Amino acid sequence: MWNNPARNDWFLLAGFSLVVLCLPLILEPIGAAYPALMQKFCIFGIFAIGFNILFGLTGYLSFGHAAFLGVGSYAAVWSFKLLTMNAIPAIVFAIVCAAAFALVIGYVSLKRSGIYFSILTLAFAQMSYNLAYSVLTPLTNGETGLQLSLQDPRIIDALFVAPQAGLPRVNLFGTYTSGGGYAGFYLCAAALIVCFFIALRIFRSPFGLMLRAIKSNQNRMRYTGFNTRPYLLAAFVISGMYAGLAGGLMAVTDPLVGAERMQWTASGEVVLMTILGGAGTLVGPVLGAAVIKYFENIFSSFSVTTLQGVFGFLPDAIERPLVSFLSLFVGDGWNLTLGVVFMLIVIFLPGGLMEGLRRIWSLFDRRPGGGDKVPAAQTQPAE
Amino acid sequence: MKFDSFNRRRFLGASAVAGVGLAAPMHFVRGAYAADMSCNMPTGKTVTFGWNIPLTGAYADEGNDELKAFKLAVKHLNGEGDGGMLKTMKPTALKGNGVLGKKVAFVQSDSQTKSDASRDGAKRMIERDGAIMISGGSSSGVAVAVQGLCQELGVIFMAGLTHSNDTTGKDKKRYGFRHFFNAYQSGLALAPVLAQEYGKDRTAYHLTADYTWGWTQEESIKNATEKLGWKTAKAVRTPLGAGDFSQYITPVLNSGADVLILNHYGKDMVNSLTQAVQFGLRDKMVNGKKVEIVVPLFSELMAQGAGDAVKGILGTSNWDWKLPDEATKNFTKSFGTEYGTPPSQAAQTCYVQALLYADACERAGTFYAPAVIKALEGFEFDGMGNGKTLYRAADHQCFKSCLVVRGKEKPKDKFDLMEIVKVVPREDLMYDPKIFGGDLGPSTAKQC
Repeated sequence: MWNNPARNDWFLLAGFSLVVLCLPLILEPIGAAYPALMQKFCIFGIFAIGFNILFGLTGYLSFGHAAFLGVGSYAAVWSFKLLTMNAIPAIVFAIVCAAAFALVIGYVSLKRSGIYFSILTLAFAQMSYNLAYSVLTPLTNGETGLQLSLQDPRIIDALFVAPQAGLPRVNLFGTYTSGGGYAGFYLCAAALIVCFFIALRIFRSPFGLMLRAIKSNQNRMRYTGFNTRPYLLAAFVISGMYAGLAGGLMAVTDPLVGAERMQWTASGEVVLMTILGGAGTLVGPVLGAAVIKYFENIFSSFSVTTLQGVFGFLPDAIERPLVSFLSLFVGDGWNLTLGVVFMLIVIFLPGGLMEGLRRIWSLFDRRPGGGDKVPAAQTQPAE
Repeated sequence: MKFDSFNRRRFLGASAVAGVGLAAPMHFVRGAYAADMSCNMPTGKTVTFGWNIPLTGAYADEGNDELKAFKLAVKHLNGEGDGGMLKTMKPTALKGNGVLGKKVAFVQSDSQTKSDASRDGAKRMIERDGAIMISGGSSSGVAVAVQGLCQELGVIFMAGLTHSNDTTGKDKKRYGFRHFFNAYQSGLALAPVLAQEYGKDRTAYHLTADYTWGWTQEESIKNATEKLGWKTAKAVRTPLGAGDFSQYITPVLNSGADVLILNHYGKDMVNSLTQAVQFGLRDKMVNGKKVEIVVPLFSELMAQGAGDAVKGILGTSNWDWKLPDEATKNFTKSFGTEYGTPPSQAAQTCYVQALLYADACERAGTFYAPAVIKALEGFEFDGMGNGKTLYRAADHQCFKSCLVVRGKEKPKDKFDLMEIVKVVPREDLMYDPKIFGGDLGPSTAKQC
């Protein structure tokens, strides 16, 4: 599994890292270059990459991945409350808890495949949400959300440093990662690059091949003598750990967690991200995550005044109806725009944004046979 | 891992990439600021305020009204329109030419009544748009979450509609200020009226929105009514935004309770109250007494939503547009001319908060956050619709009179839905800040 990567993969990794680390420059023109949003890009990128290891490779569509994200967040905040404000133990704790949780849910859910699997994961996630929302209030603080308080013991911190006035901030050995600033973003970016590398290795490994084989024909796998369950469970747990890490990082950059993070809409969101970007591709999910978060945060902040500014050069007779029509799609209507974009992509580019990029690339690729390389999008039979 | 093919050339290449990666952050580390700079101090000709309000979700009606009030406040601060409460506020340093000579601009974000979304929005306004102050609310859960964020980022948060004791109690923050009254004060104001109207021998059944505001209101009203001699049959928590409350209302009749207390707000309260009335609760007799419904926190927007169901229902309110004082008249007039409806209590508190912040900057002579905080702490003012008001320094809670109101039996029009039963003076609403615990924390300036 760990033999040396191909030369192209190194290029891919280097290119990806460069883009991620230069995000503040790249995003400046589209008004998204502020740490809080770039953190979200990285965190949901990790979440979507992890989801893609399960969905893209094995074809098992989990509708409950937000539960692992939530577990990771709660675990991280509890680590801040009980142990230390250092980010590392929180992240480790988040991944371990999410993995344990994924193992249990995966063990049960993977007894079925196809739509039954999806429904089972959805049910488990909704159950976790309701538990976090009301039943487990002492552990999760319900709808209000779990947050730090001055009365927290913070055992390890109490041993080494005298407490300062006010709530402490999350740090990584002296550098503050919460409460604004670029340190949190670079931590998330580094985590994203590492996660991308691991996903790359999984995609290229024999293990990844097994997972793909499960997707193409699980029965044939079984007939050739493979037990597919352990592979599936491993993929499920790995993808749960990715979600846990994403949740942990959310807490590291902003130590407050509410139950709505586990709601089914959040699980649906990661499915959208993956499909929008291109399921089964390496970069696609990250791209999808970025697009959706951009819509949610930037598109939703446009108001009618912004539109009037953009179309101000047009004569009034055209501008007014145009602006009043378009204003349906910005501000509160960002969901509508996202829906339209999603529909267009699913209908015309079933392979997601990555297929679009590949098509554009093939237009310029003049090498003999280069133009035929685009694999026709295959419709995957529903299991 | 095999490193056989990891030769010198590849090593150099990798190091170069790593070097760029490590150097990139340095590009963004800002230079040191002068000593008296706090987050987002304006350098140009405008100062930006950030409105963080729910435009979607269970509290969307309140959120939209708050946004209207904020826009009106910006107008008045910039010297446009008729000036509203700028004319009645005293003492005031506001001149109607912006704040400290800078025109006021604003940015807004939809908090969706969700803590994650509201924090994302607030961070966008602070980090990208350079907002120097965040205001808004409608859900105490959101207010507490955003207030914590603002404390961490060093940006002042002027809470809008938030009624939980925690906002200026357990979760109070040095950078957070609240003008609205709280659940504890609702209990103090409501209890004597309840005793007078319904007697001292009653059994109450609580339905409570399951988050910080609901919890503290349930606790406060329970304590206040039990002091009267009332018993509490049961307190049931309902999820925020439940929509259908029938499964929670049916058990009420068999519980032996003769008063139903709805600790709900916004669309939740509209739904639960309408359903309770439709179920015929108010026509029933239990223990030989007529069953009554009480809504401890009441507003016109909800009364409009609930229609006939609100008639005769008792509750408390921070402010009402029918109050006779000059400030209220001015504000109601300018709001009415602008939008064609009278302002709600949510609108009033947000408008006042925006003015108070601007005034504090003028009095401090700077936008430097610690100085503005000092100017607000312990500030006593009048002419904002609630009589003499004090911003208590110990917990950043405003102390002023509040109202006990009742749904009108015969409303003249769709805005005349509530009658004022009693104006409770602020002396009756004072309490010791220590009862809720919490700690304001430091006011050290942050550079963001």
